[in-house]
Amino acid sequence: MSETHLQNEAIHVDTERGNFSYPENYEFDAGVGLTEDTIKYISDVKNDDDWVREFRLKALEVFRKKPMPTNWADKDLENIDFDKIRYYLSKGQTPSRSWDEVPDDVKETFERLGIPEQERKFLAGVEAQFDSEAAYSRMKEDLEKEGVIFVGSTEGLAKYPEIFRPYFGKVIPTADNKFSALNSATFSGGSFIYVPKGVKLKQPLQAYFRINAENFGQFERTLIIADEGAEITYMEGCTAPKFETATLHSAVVELVALKNAKIQYITVQNWSSNVFNLVTKRGLADEGAEVKWIDCNIGSRLTMKYPGVVLKGKGARGEVLSIALANDGQHQDTGAKMMHLADNTTSNIISKSISIGKGRSTYRGQVHMPKHLKNCKNNTECDALLINTNSRTDTYPAITTRGQNNTVQHEASVSKVSAEQIFYMMQRGLSEGEAMSLAVNGFVNDLMKAFPMEYSVELKRLIDMEMEGSVG
Amino acid sequence: MNTLEVRNLTVSIEGETILKNFSLTIPKGEVHALMGPNGTGKSTLAKVMAGHEDYTVESGEVLLEGVNVLGKEPDEIAHAGLFLAFQYPLEIPGVSIANFIRAARAARLPEGEAINAVEFYKELYEKMDALKMDRKFTARSLNEGFSGGEKKRCEILQMSMLEPRLCVMDETDSGLDIDALKIVSDGVNLMRGPDRSFLVITHYQRLLDYIVPDVVHVMYDGQIIRSGDAELAKELESKGYDWIKEAHEAATAGV
Repeated sequence: MSETHLQNEAIHVDTERGNFSYPENYEFDAGVGLTEDTIKYISDVKNDDDWVREFRLKALEVFRKKPMPTNWADKDLENIDFDKIRYYLSKGQTPSRSWDEVPDDVKETFERLGIPEQERKFLAGVEAQFDSEAAYSRMKEDLEKEGVIFVGSTEGLAKYPEIFRPYFGKVIPTADNKFSALNSATFSGGSFIYVPKGVKLKQPLQAYFRINAENFGQFERTLIIADEGAEITYMEGCTAPKFETATLHSAVVELVALKNAKIQYITVQNWSSNVFNLVTKRGLADEGAEVKWIDCNIGSRLTMKYPGVVLKGKGARGEVLSIALANDGQHQDTGAKMMHLADNTTSNIISKSISIGKGRSTYRGQVHMPKHLKNCKNNTECDALLINTNSRTDTYPAITTRGQNNTVQHEASVSKVSAEQIFYMMQRGLSEGEAMSLAVNGFVNDLMKAFPMEYSVELKRLIDMEMEGSVG
Repeated sequence: MNTLEVRNLTVSIEGETILKNFSLTIPKGEVHALMGPNGTGKSTLAKVMAGHEDYTVESGEVLLEGVNVLGKEPDEIAHAGLFLAFQYPLEIPGVSIANFIRAARAARLPEGEAINAVEFYKELYEKMDALKMDRKFTARSLNEGFSGGEKKRCEILQMSMLEPRLCVMDETDSGLDIDALKIVSDGVNLMRGPDRSFLVITHYQRLLDYIVPDVVHVMYDGQIIRSGDAELAKELESKGYDWIKEAHEAATAGV
């Protein structure tokens, strides 16, 4: 109950579940540091086509030229030592179609994380990535018959270039930012998905990204194309063991929703507290299409992530719903970008952040509506909950709106869980952790209702554990 | 055994002494009223008994069914059987009344046991009906946007659902109109029984017309200066607190 209690060090009860690792045993290792040779090694191992090799090497140049964005971002970025990171580690390039064929240590890893069980219960397909490559990938057979493609990035570019190449690197160009360039040079793993016209997936596809090795960078690349009228929900989860040294995770995720298609992309990020999570995510929504990001950031040391939607076609809709929980020592720097490029486009951003102890949350939003557009709408709500006085929260909304009948609505609030509220709940018999957890769950309650049930249950569990842990 | 024994309790906050060698005994099954002017330490007593951390206990004991609860966490004291109906109940946004009470009940269960949702709601609805609360209330956020009267009814609802052995009611009558006062009092009277005791803290005698106490205590300057039966409250109502203050000051001046 005391202030010092509330300021207790974060205890990683929930990351404990992912806090284990197996001894390193890799067939392929690009070594430490990043040079042309590192990139060539990755290309050789993957047997990349020439255009992919060039794409990577060009991206490396862009990465080197781009400065760190420390003029506006957290100075902690400077603590990433790119020369000490290993950029590619794998046991092989072809994922197994059966869990029985997956190497024992990898299989055990995913079993401990509950992935095969989830697959049986409610998923249409799963890809499980272990360091640089997927160890397991499987989709229900009826979806294959309907023409759904669900493969890794290497296989996607090699086998189906006519489908993926036109969009690869187009929603997020290499030079978008320093970390999109880094990913474009080193990418490995991730999901390449194509859903044919009119095909609506009833169950989600899921990817799980697991980092096992120390001093490692994971750079998965995901591209999801939903053809006209198609619908897909994709979920990703991620964990890593906690190491003393910094781990880097830098993904690029591109979504393309063609006319009247719907893509829903759900993330529950629960990295350990030594992971720099610097991810670029953007979707393109054609006429009448909908792209929805549901983004939950619980773990990591520093997360920088601003999922965006380019509303390219008339009547397109974009949505970002996000929850960020910043415990002691964490900085969740998250937000959303909405680029309105056609008439009658609508976007909705709801961001809720919880800062505990010395944890820090930042919201950065960008909404762009140029002058020539009509009847566009944006709604932005960002609410911050502070648990104790040391917590810090910042909001940087950037909204430019011109043109006729375009409306933008922005609301922001900051609230606190007071010692009196905690006392009140404890007087009813709840422990301090239960009381805080209830207050936090109450704060995110209305947003949770928008989540698929399986994930809101998981998220509630993670919040409960994180709050139990934070009071010691 | 007495439900509550407060023995020689001295309490201060930020260097100011609020309770001064305060003592009070409530035998099992009795209803005691604690009256007195504002600022004499009535609410302080309620909070200290419930384990509020802002106060410094200089000396004394608070025995709940024979066990000293001073120094225990508020949730431990709640589990030991004390319920405090707050003078100013707190708002908990996003947490529904039903979920809150359910969580509070669940916190009392041994590990591994779960609440039977059907039985829970049946009981909740019965108790809400008795307090003339709309059943739609269960889905509303706890105390958020409630009127003063709604908050107090919600306190009594929680009190009846959690079945405490000692109910401490801190100015439950404030903010209530006469109809709400009757409803709340009926709810409390239904809870009276041989195994449950009440400490009813109030500024006014009005509430005691409906919740008739076994004993009335008058508190002034951190102490109980007079105790009597229900008639004492009526005497206070007609004569005012000044009468008893003056009598007390005259008595202590003579010592």
